[in-house]
Amino acid sequence: MKMSKKSKIVIYILLGLVAIYFLAPFIYMLFSAFKTEGEAIAYPPKLLPSEWHFENFINAWKSQPFGTYLWNSILVTVLTTVGQVLSCSLVAYGFARFNFKGKNILFMILLSTMMIPWDVTMIPQYMEFNLFGWINTLKPLIVPAWFGSAYYVFLMRQFLMGIPKDFEEAARIDGANQFQIYWKIFMPIMKPSLILVGVLNMLTVWNDYLGPLIFLQDRSKYTLALGLASFKGVHSTQIIPMLCITIIMIIPPIIIFIIAQKYIVEGTSGSIK
Amino acid sequence: MKQRKFLKTATPYLFIMPWIIGFLVFTIGPLILSLIMSFFDWPLTTAPTFRGLGNYIDMFTKDKQFWKSLIISLKYAAIFVPLNMIIALFLAMLITQPVKGVKVFRTIFYIPAVISGVAVSIIWGWILNGDYGVLNYLLSLLGIKGPKWLVDPAWALLAVIIASAFGVGTMMLIFYTDIKNIPVDVYEAASIDGAGPARKFFSITLPIITPTILFNLITSIISSFQQVTLVMLLTGGGPLKSTYFYGLFTYNNAFKHHKLGYASANAWVMFIIILLLTAVVFKSSSAWVFYETEAKNSGAKKTKKKKGGRK
Repeated sequence: MKMSKKSKIVIYILLGLVAIYFLAPFIYMLFSAFKTEGEAIAYPPKLLPSEWHFENFINAWKSQPFGTYLWNSILVTVLTTVGQVLSCSLVAYGFARFNFKGKNILFMILLSTMMIPWDVTMIPQYMEFNLFGWINTLKPLIVPAWFGSAYYVFLMRQFLMGIPKDFEEAARIDGANQFQIYWKIFMPIMKPSLILVGVLNMLTVWNDYLGPLIFLQDRSKYTLALGLASFKGVHSTQIIPMLCITIIMIIPPIIIFIIAQKYIVEGTSGSIK
Repeated sequence: MKQRKFLKTATPYLFIMPWIIGFLVFTIGPLILSLIMSFFDWPLTTAPTFRGLGNYIDMFTKDKQFWKSLIISLKYAAIFVPLNMIIALFLAMLITQPVKGVKVFRTIFYIPAVISGVAVSIIWGWILNGDYGVLNYLLSLLGIKGPKWLVDPAWALLAVIIASAFGVGTMMLIFYTDIKNIPVDVYEAASIDGAGPARKFFSITLPIITPTILFNLITSIISSFQQVTLVMLLTGGGPLKSTYFYGLFTYNNAFKHHKLGYASANAWVMFIIILLLTAVVFKSSSAWVFYETEAKNSGAKKTKKKKGGRK
């Protein structure tokens, strides 16, 4: 489609204005993190710090056991991602490549579980994990991820439905069993879908606040999100450390998103169709 | 031979077994337990006592906060859902324009959506601060005296809405991929017929994306009712409980006041409201959602499937 020069300029102006709205808070935060506490709450505010206090980040990091929090966050993120990718791909393969009794009903049930608000299940889940002796451990955050998640199963199944039926026939003639076909033939093909689910899960888990808030008590078990939020209670007046940790915490998701952007955009397209 | 046949029938079930176990242990089990608990007085430490519909009756007749929180959440959904959808659609239209470098903007618009609620609440809590917040400073440059966003009950809900709208990227991306899939020749045909950009948007784009609008409408109604993290950290439900969202009400009843039975009843009422709203939206959708339009037929035929929710 051809576009007049005038309408192109209008579009660039609009794009620019929106981009400023989205980026300005980050840029302002990034500069402010290097200010002194007094300068950060000075009025009228200034964009740039008068002196660059790089040590702000080190002080913020040392103010709480953030090394431990980071390790816990990484542990939960990695283990849930592996669990989701393996379990969801198995389940999605089961629903997409077989015919069996009760398949449609089971799949409808799977889809309808996405409607259940977490508020309804969180209280009994808490009691359940309490019974297992899992409260104040990372297990309640990790273990459920190894049993699949409805939305991710749905995404992967949509992907698998698009692969022609005769695909596995050749392998079956070779004498491979179903599990081998799934593992050796389909897992490599499913790569875009696996990456999509992996990335979506990483972002969700890294950012999760309510789960850790409910299930964890000791600071030695905290995740980054929980540690960052605890600033609000402990140092309600200290802004600089809060900004520093916020910056540290948002860097990994942004990098992961930029790298995996292609898969997210394509996967979003596939999920609606 | 018999064994082999059994194996063949059992194989699919083995594949879906992880989900079946997870469904029983982490979904349906808790769901049933939650329903049972809602009929009990269930403190955290002492033994539960059965009280029939007592929790539900108290909620509707005695607990004023229940009604207040319900109204706050409905108000939030009523403002946030349409607003977020209009912004998302506007941004999606912007980033589907055929201009150079538009993909960079797509990335920029989506970035806030990958950031945690905790980070968003910290960033906006600081920007919206009534004393030294930069937003009020910018407003003062325009000669407007900004309100004390987070401490004025009249403005706090709007503050929460502004902060939530920061994550509009998720929905924008869903609209974007749908608009992208509309064949270009449909627009070109319309251009030949003399249709302007506004006409093209309302007569071509909008009808084609109605299924996606339905999808976004339902998922955002569900998620707006469950909004907890942001209010918890941005306003704590205040000031004067003006942002005491229903999700926060339920959460506090459970984990602050340890009234597990009552909170379960709260959660079930929320669940039923969500189901009713979804049913109403679905019912109405036959009047405004168009499946299988001509534009779709010109491309490869695809079966439409709508379901789901993103957290």
